[in-house]
Amino acid sequence: MLELIVISTLNGVLFGMLLFLLSSGLTVIFSMMGVLNFAHASFYMLGAFFGFQLTKWIGFWPALVLAPLLVGAIGMAVERYGLRNTHKHGHVAELLLTFGLAFAIEEIVSMIWGKSPLDYRVPALLDFPAFTVFSTNYPAYKIFMLVVSVVIFVALLLVLKRTRVGLIVQAALTHPHMVGHLGHNVGRVFMVVFGVGSALAGLAGVIAGPALVTQSDMAASLGPILFVVIVFGGLGSLPGAFVASLVIALVQTFAVALNGSLASAFGPLDPSTGPSVLSDIWNVTIAQVAPIVPYLLLVIILIVRPMGLMGTRES
Amino acid sequence: MTTTTTSTPKLATDPAGDNLRFYGVWLAGILALVVLPLVFSSGGSVTSFSLIGIAIVFALSYNILLGQTGLLSFGHAVHYGLGGFAACHMMNAVVSHGWPIPLPFIPLFGGLGGLVFAVIIGWVMTKRAGTVFAMISLGIGELVASSSLILRSVFGGEAGITTDRTALPKMFGWSFGPQIQVYYLIAFWLVLSAIAMYALTRTPLGRISNAVRDNPERVQFIGYDPHVVRYIAFCFAGFFAGVAGGLAAINFEIANSAYLGAIQSGLVLFSTFIGGTAYFFGPILGAILVTYLQLGLTSVTSVWQLYFGIIFIGIVMFSPGGIAGLVMMHRPLVRAGTLGTVIPAYLVAIVPTLALACGVILSIEIVARFSGGEPINLFGIGFKPQSPVTWITAAVLLVVGGFVARLSWLRVADAWDRAATVARDRGYLA
Amino acid sequence: MRKLTLAIAVIAPMLGHAASAQDTLKIGYIDPLSGGGASVGEGGLKTFQYLAEELNAKGGILGKKVEIVPLDNKTNPQESLVQAQKAIDAGVHYITQGNGSSVAAALSDFVTKNNTRNPGKEVLYFNYAAVDPSLTNDKCSFWHFRWDASSDIKMEALTNYVKDTPAVKKVYLINQDYSFGQSVRSDARKMLGAKRPDIQIVGDELHPLLKVTDFSPYIAKIKASGADSVITGNWGQDIALLLKAAADAGLKVNWYTYYAGGAGGPTAIKQTGLDHQVFQITEGFANSGNKAAMDYEKAFRAKVGLSLWYPRAVNEMRMFKAAAEKANSIDPVKVAAALEGLKFEVLDGGEGTMRKDDHQFFQPIYISSFGKLTESEPYDEENTGWGWHLVSKVDTPQTIVPTTCKMARP
Repeated sequence: MLELIVISTLNGVLFGMLLFLLSSGLTVIFSMMGVLNFAHASFYMLGAFFGFQLTKWIGFWPALVLAPLLVGAIGMAVERYGLRNTHKHGHVAELLLTFGLAFAIEEIVSMIWGKSPLDYRVPALLDFPAFTVFSTNYPAYKIFMLVVSVVIFVALLLVLKRTRVGLIVQAALTHPHMVGHLGHNVGRVFMVVFGVGSALAGLAGVIAGPALVTQSDMAASLGPILFVVIVFGGLGSLPGAFVASLVIALVQTFAVALNGSLASAFGPLDPSTGPSVLSDIWNVTIAQVAPIVPYLLLVIILIVRPMGLMGTRES
Repeated sequence: MTTTTTSTPKLATDPAGDNLRFYGVWLAGILALVVLPLVFSSGGSVTSFSLIGIAIVFALSYNILLGQTGLLSFGHAVHYGLGGFAACHMMNAVVSHGWPIPLPFIPLFGGLGGLVFAVIIGWVMTKRAGTVFAMISLGIGELVASSSLILRSVFGGEAGITTDRTALPKMFGWSFGPQIQVYYLIAFWLVLSAIAMYALTRTPLGRISNAVRDNPERVQFIGYDPHVVRYIAFCFAGFFAGVAGGLAAINFEIANSAYLGAIQSGLVLFSTFIGGTAYFFGPILGAILVTYLQLGLTSVTSVWQLYFGIIFIGIVMFSPGGIAGLVMMHRPLVRAGTLGTVIPAYLVAIVPTLALACGVILSIEIVARFSGGEPINLFGIGFKPQSPVTWITAAVLLVVGGFVARLSWLRVADAWDRAATVARDRGYLA
Repeated sequence: MRKLTLAIAVIAPMLGHAASAQDTLKIGYIDPLSGGGASVGEGGLKTFQYLAEELNAKGGILGKKVEIVPLDNKTNPQESLVQAQKAIDAGVHYITQGNGSSVAAALSDFVTKNNTRNPGKEVLYFNYAAVDPSLTNDKCSFWHFRWDASSDIKMEALTNYVKDTPAVKKVYLINQDYSFGQSVRSDARKMLGAKRPDIQIVGDELHPLLKVTDFSPYIAKIKASGADSVITGNWGQDIALLLKAAADAGLKVNWYTYYAGGAGGPTAIKQTGLDHQVFQITEGFANSGNKAAMDYEKAFRAKVGLSLWYPRAVNEMRMFKAAAEKANSIDPVKVAAALEGLKFEVLDGGEGTMRKDDHQFFQPIYISSFGKLTESEPYDEENTGWGWHLVSKVDTPQTIVPTTCKMARP
């Protein structure tokens, strides 16, 4: 029992940090600009593919720096030439623009790199088990991901809450004209914020690429869960996203570890009733539904507390 | 069908002529539905028309949410899918119990399926509009799609539920085996639903929905609860999406989890937005175009999704009103008789724009087919993706076409402004 | 932008390939050619195109040139029906499909209805990869023929192998939560129970299809159970991520899989370093040791640039030709009748037979492991340097499973 709890907690925390790594950029963009970026997972995918290509050419560590910068530059271009023009038509139009972008990016990536998974490997420097708990290895690479996530969290929090830059950025969201009158270029502020958010997604891609599968459908398979994280945590709240990542990952991990179903709790149904909705629900195990639990959490939190766990506003 | 759903001030027309034109448009639409399969009678086109008909009902139902009430949903396919399942189960039940219900009534049960779910889930979903609603719809969509694989007794798991439409009691001696009979069934329901949904926009409910979309606070001030209004609109949208799902179930004779999924929800959002949400006929155009592209593009290029994305981005950026918005932009000019001054500018702009489009298509296909080496066939001209001649052609088309197109569209804008000013002076508002 | 839209709409139909001759025998290939499943679908298409060329080089089928008509279904059942209708309208009488049991069920049902409603315009459906047993049991159709071993046949072969492998003592089952995964799971329980009652099934897991990003909790459970072997029907990212998580955690078990050899699978196994710990059950593979098959593999790889994923596709097309010649007709009804009970020497050697009762093809099944190769095994996979190595061959008689099919014949 102790083993199960310790291992599940460890797995949950590691997975949670991966989720946070992915969603940090999304929540930064949202908190600063109010744009729900549907293409965020696509930027993450671009990061992974750039990371793969640059690793092949110049090695993993330079790629770790260069690939996010490239993705950030693409993000800035998207803001400058796309979102800025769409801004006047409202948030729905902005959201739909990123929606279309996600479609296009996926196809462009598969045009260039093909549709099969790529052989993107963990760098040799980190390819060893860091420690062993109850005879289960924990690879150094996962610890590296954890450290990067925590560093990003702390750094973002400090920049946004403790520096002048953060102040201007936050003011630009609520009072763009005032900030403009004070002599700051609001357009550029937004562009940089979007670029930073995209670069964070790119960074997540470079790092998560070797740990997960680098394939052209990776954006589509991860996209929805990121929204769950930032909406659950509270739209635009960085600490909220951090907590939500942990909560969702832990809930999911522990759900997998449990074998219980209604049938095991209350005994099997009378077999003579035959298959029905009730028997389906009765026999499904908690582990079976684990990956859809986050969506359940999302719906419940939005109904009970529409601003999310730690959010301050609704939209 | 050309009447706007947002009320625009109308000036200087006699009501009788307006009425005539209004019914004329509807009658022409119905006539077209009847005649189309007689003109294009090949099996493939009748199948396409059937699919387009279903897509139109679905897109119109979505516009009750997006266009009328301002609710952006990422899970509208849930109602479509549940409608499909309800219809399939009903058809099987009719057959096994021998009830005297002929096939043409089945879509009604599909609608009820969509409606029941909307009634149950809608109240909590529509508490808030905006992002909260969008996100709940996303979550509900995922939940229902995932549960459909768990609740096997209802949804039939992966394989879904199959049915046989010809086993139902006959009506007018029609067995509904041949596709053409199914087409007319779909066309019938399309007309019925379109009229009903149009009428809905004319009711006080439709009007107050518009108000809720534009300014919920003021609606509250005048004594309506925006939540209730959103809820009712949501239920109507669910019902008509269910009708569309029921029609799809009849057409395919199968319902499965693909009906409910995110792809289906995304497609209806695409169709509605591309068509234009501000006008009733917008989603109709969008559904026709998207379904046609979906059927046509996939057989000519493997990267159709990229074209979809580009078209979508282009519409969001350059014409947020969709195709309908573009068309209706010209209405005051037509009425004022100044459209003629714009047409030459348009004609000039078409050439470089087409060149630009060809350049884009060529570049995309070069990249897409580079490794495979399949030839590109553009307007009957063959291009080899590996040959530098093709690359240069594409680059020239892109750069020159893009540059000239930009210039010529600026001229169009000028001409348009002049024509619009004249129209405004003559009393026709844009 | 509207202009561009229009332009594309106008241009679209002109981009198409123009190929339509009178004396061709068209086979509609309905599988994903865009979207997530496209890497698999494109590989299949290239395989069938290669086979068609091969047949045509020898004079085609009854003098008719074979042409493969690619139809993109995006792994969506409804889309598949639209494409099938399109194919039928274009004069296609034979369709072939493989990816997705949901698609297969829809197509089989569609073809059956089409053939009852349009007598004289029958269509045959050749299934080369959808392995849901129900297609040849409760949902069987006279118009459907399956060349791949269904999941219960593969399990029958695997358990016959396990029967003589005393090292297997504790088995863990992990499968995707849908019809195929469930049939793998229930067959494994039933057949292991009958053949090796001493084997303990220490875990039986179903997880949602293609939704899990982190398999480490599942690996933790497998580890805690003390299993020595895992049986899984997982495919795509579900097998890649599962194996990656296992390698990360240092789990030492043998993996008996259905689809570890699918597109991207070998790359993932090589990354994990699980040398000869991952097994797969197939009807043939590159290093099978059969001279003819290995020569065929060589020619195929040289021309197509892929390894031959579908030896069964070779069997399918060759048997199609044999049946057409036996019936001396390409009329689908006659070809179907000729296919029933047809015996055939399969690509990797040994005799297979198309069972008349349910239109399931029975053939020798191989169990092979993935890892470093020996001198006599020339073929690696996906340029990993590793390849499949023969572990056991299960002969046709040991793969026969009963059927509940009550075939309705025209």
